[in-house]
Amino acid sequence: MIEVSHLTKSFDSHVVLEDISTVFRPGQVNLVIGQSGSGKTVLLKSLVGLLPIEQGDIIYSDQSLKGMTPVHRKDLRRRIGMLFQGSALFDSMTVLENVMFPLDMFTSWNRTEKAERAQACLERVELPSAAALFPSELSGGMKKRVAIARAIAPNPDYLFCDEPNSGLDPLTSIVIDDLIREITHEYGITTVVNTHDMNSVMGIGEHITFLYRGHVEWTGTNRDIFHSGNEALDQFIFAAPWTRQMKK
Amino acid sequence: MKSLLRHLGRYTMLMGQVFRKPDKWAVFGNTLVRELQNLGTNSIGIVIIISFFIGAVLAMQTSYNLINPLIPRYLIGLLTRETMLLEFSSTIVSLILAGKIGSSIASEIGTMRITEQIDALDIMGVNAPNYLILPKIVAVLCFFPLLCMLSMTVGIFGGWVASVTQHLLTSSEYVYGIRYAFNSYYIVYSIIKIEVFAFIIATVASYHGFFVAGGSLEVGRSSTRAVVHSSIIILMFNLLLTKLLL
Repeated sequence: MIEVSHLTKSFDSHVVLEDISTVFRPGQVNLVIGQSGSGKTVLLKSLVGLLPIEQGDIIYSDQSLKGMTPVHRKDLRRRIGMLFQGSALFDSMTVLENVMFPLDMFTSWNRTEKAERAQACLERVELPSAAALFPSELSGGMKKRVAIARAIAPNPDYLFCDEPNSGLDPLTSIVIDDLIREITHEYGITTVVNTHDMNSVMGIGEHITFLYRGHVEWTGTNRDIFHSGNEALDQFIFAAPWTRQMKK
Repeated sequence: MKSLLRHLGRYTMLMGQVFRKPDKWAVFGNTLVRELQNLGTNSIGIVIIISFFIGAVLAMQTSYNLINPLIPRYLIGLLTRETMLLEFSSTIVSLILAGKIGSSIASEIGTMRITEQIDALDIMGVNAPNYLILPKIVAVLCFFPLLCMLSMTVGIFGGWVASVTQHLLTSSEYVYGIRYAFNSYYIVYSIIKIEVFAFIIATVASYHGFFVAGGSLEVGRSSTRAVVHSSIIILMFNLLLTKLLL
């Protein structure tokens, strides 16, 4: 479980996150939604420790991120998997080497064991025959799947996904969403997904945190979202004229 | 001045992260082999070509300027040797490699930065500066002295080819010239210089790549800055080392 408590973050005088408090539970897909510039990426980067915490705290299963020593922080990061918006696969490595990379760095397994685990992860994301390819030879959707395979290879406790569907067609987006949900349930991971894709919100939003101008405006599930009564959330969800008509 | 101090501070802190024990020696070894190939063996061709032709031109230019019959012809060999040993094979080769290798390092690391590959390493708990930069530094420190000696040999050979084929002097006169008053310390001096220059090229280029912010345009700019800054620093250190070592 990850507990965000009164988190505030600013760049110079510009406050990006203001008094954010929320809880991300294990075994469910936690979505963070909001317009561009609402602070989603800053929140995600703060969660994984890429940005320092100024005010408030982030608690990982009773461990405060703010008070962690560099050694503990390093240990925590080894229990984190992350799917980046641009996949962030290593260009110079093959798909198999990419997936094996965290195992190379942090396990004492032999090469066969690592290759077997990496191959199993590739099969889990339905890319068993892509092992020898380089990232430049993959489509956008395949890159995302390889990135998911790399993220789950060391059996992480936490999975963070930054805009997993950006640049993907609706059908591929659904495949990626389903994969994230299945993996979350299968391994009991605490998954946090940053998105503004409405298909994701409706499809996998088991717990949704809506950020608006740097603060938490609304929390709930995808079932509650149509009846939230929150004006800012309604404007975001029903932004397109046809969705407003459908709501009526 | 404030900007210079800021850069120096960030550079020092980056080097503090670079010079740590690698997370996994086996991974470091594999990366080192790859970097030896990328940064070392791939530079052999350009060093051979440039050294050969500069050696040949040096011999020809010296010959055309030695018109006094009282000056012995074997001085052409001696001057070619001294120029190659003292300056060309260390300083000029380093300036050329700063362009080739420095821009390659800066753009490789810069691209990894803007495509979030370095963030991915950070999140995995990998010491990204150590993983990315240390193998490059070790690779250039290992390989540059070899390139320096290769350049000396090929340059002197180029001078011999030009001298003999252009009938500037006989082969035995050239060989006498390159053996005349030979001081082996010049080779040590040259290798010390190129080791320092190798370190400058690898670290300055890595520094510029590592702190890129923005997009592909910034990667290109950082690559240019890496070449310009490392070239200037090489020239400054060349003066300092010459004062200290000779």
